[in-house]
Amino acid sequence: MSTSSATSLVQLSHVTKSFEDGRDVVTDINIDIAQGSFVSLVGPSGCGKSTLLRMLAGLLQPTKGDILWLGSDHARPADLGFVFQDATLLPWASVSENVYLPLKLKEITREAAEPDIDAALERVGLGDAAAKLPHELSGGMAMRVSIARALVTEPPVLLMDEPFAALDELSREKLDDDLLTLWRELGWTVIFVTHSVYESVYLSERILVMGTDGDAAGKPGRIVADLPIDAPYPRGLAFRQCQSYFGHCRTVSSALRGETS
Amino acid sequence: MTSGRIKRIALPHLVGLAFFLIWEVAVQFYEVPQFLLPAPSRILEALADNFASLMSALWVTLRITVLAFALAVVGGVALAVVFSQSRTVETALFPFAVILQVTPVVAIAPLVLIWVGFDNVNLALLILAWIVAFFPILSNTTLGLRSVDHHLMELFTLYGASRWQRLWSLQLPASLPHILGGMKISGGLALIGAVVAEFVAGSGSGTGLAWRIIEAGNRLQVPTMFAALLLLSALGIAIFFSLSVLEHIVLSRWHESAIDREK
Repeated sequence: MSTSSATSLVQLSHVTKSFEDGRDVVTDINIDIAQGSFVSLVGPSGCGKSTLLRMLAGLLQPTKGDILWLGSDHARPADLGFVFQDATLLPWASVSENVYLPLKLKEITREAAEPDIDAALERVGLGDAAAKLPHELSGGMAMRVSIARALVTEPPVLLMDEPFAALDELSREKLDDDLLTLWRELGWTVIFVTHSVYESVYLSERILVMGTDGDAAGKPGRIVADLPIDAPYPRGLAFRQCQSYFGHCRTVSSALRGETS
Repeated sequence: MTSGRIKRIALPHLVGLAFFLIWEVAVQFYEVPQFLLPAPSRILEALADNFASLMSALWVTLRITVLAFALAVVGGVALAVVFSQSRTVETALFPFAVILQVTPVVAIAPLVLIWVGFDNVNLALLILAWIVAFFPILSNTTLGLRSVDHHLMELFTLYGASRWQRLWSLQLPASLPHILGGMKISGGLALIGAVVAEFVAGSGSGTGLAWRIIEAGNRLQVPTMFAALLLLSALGIAIFFSLSVLEHIVLSRWHESAIDREK
């Protein structure tokens, strides 16, 4: 395993999630995610990527197996950033009120939270949009607010569920770069779900390819490949255009198709 | 003000004015007896002649309607909140709310009058108007509380929000468009409930506008009937208009239905 030397943040052993009717959504997942790493989960629709992410977030409980987090009680960290595919903002609340939400739910007063809110908005480049309402924002800006909200509690881990899938190519590349910058500055662990091979190769240190046995729908998803992306950071346009980038993309694609490379 | 907006306001007014003019001219020209159809001018005269008594009747009807409506909003939202907290309670009670709604209020009215007693007619009217006004608030609020974006619900779960925080910071604000929609329906129904109840309560007991209509009808004072009817319409319009303004004030900042987008 590519990250075996680093401290692990979370270990999944034999994790299986079944529907109520007994069919498995994902089966026998065994992974070890290193602290501070950037890991992508790539796979076709319906392979259980989101289910796996939701189990990590504690929104779903595994039917079988264990999820052990770093720490004495192996429980999910109390602070955990989650970014959904859509920005998922409160439509009646301003940008700053939306970013304040996680702190508000911890009963931190607005006055005490103000510096954190400002800092989070600065980090995503929205310092001057604090008073705007969500309907006044573009898709990319709304997603930045969503990221600012996820990082305002300074979580050790950020879970992202196809966050930029609905954006245009340019906004997406810009957000990919900004996300990498934030990750390197803040030292958190990012677990990033995407169906884009290119995006996952560009962003990650490690790609977990998910798939099902055979083509038939309804088969449970599992990890079919665990691929390290050893290109150095910072990555930029040059990386997007270099041979090794395309080489990695080919490897991930063939793993997705179920071919052994 | 844009020309489109002027048109939207002016056009219905012009049509209304034309309607009354034709009515006035036709009644005068064909010499229609006033106990069949009084001319608009005669109705205004009746309104002026009976102004004091009609106004006090309007006040009675208005008070019952507004009180019933307010209690319907409080009760409907409160019960919907209880339903949203417990599916079991909802499953157990919702059918009875539906039964209360689908049973015609005219049919329940005599019973309520007997139970409450004829010396408490206004309380009976209040109960009956409330029964009619209550359901739209309950069903709309229940729908609203249930329609909250499930990703937002998950977000609140992730941050360990309490039931109270979830309700107050997410479910109720997200339901406001539904609640206000229910209020617009319910405001009109409260007035209908109050009037119907007063009709059923019958002779000598009522002092509201509906009773004035019955009384004037019995005496064949048709212009007075129309004058009372005019006031009832005006009251209904005023209620609807106030609630529309309220809806606009509350939602204009953020809700899709009220945001003024560039065309």
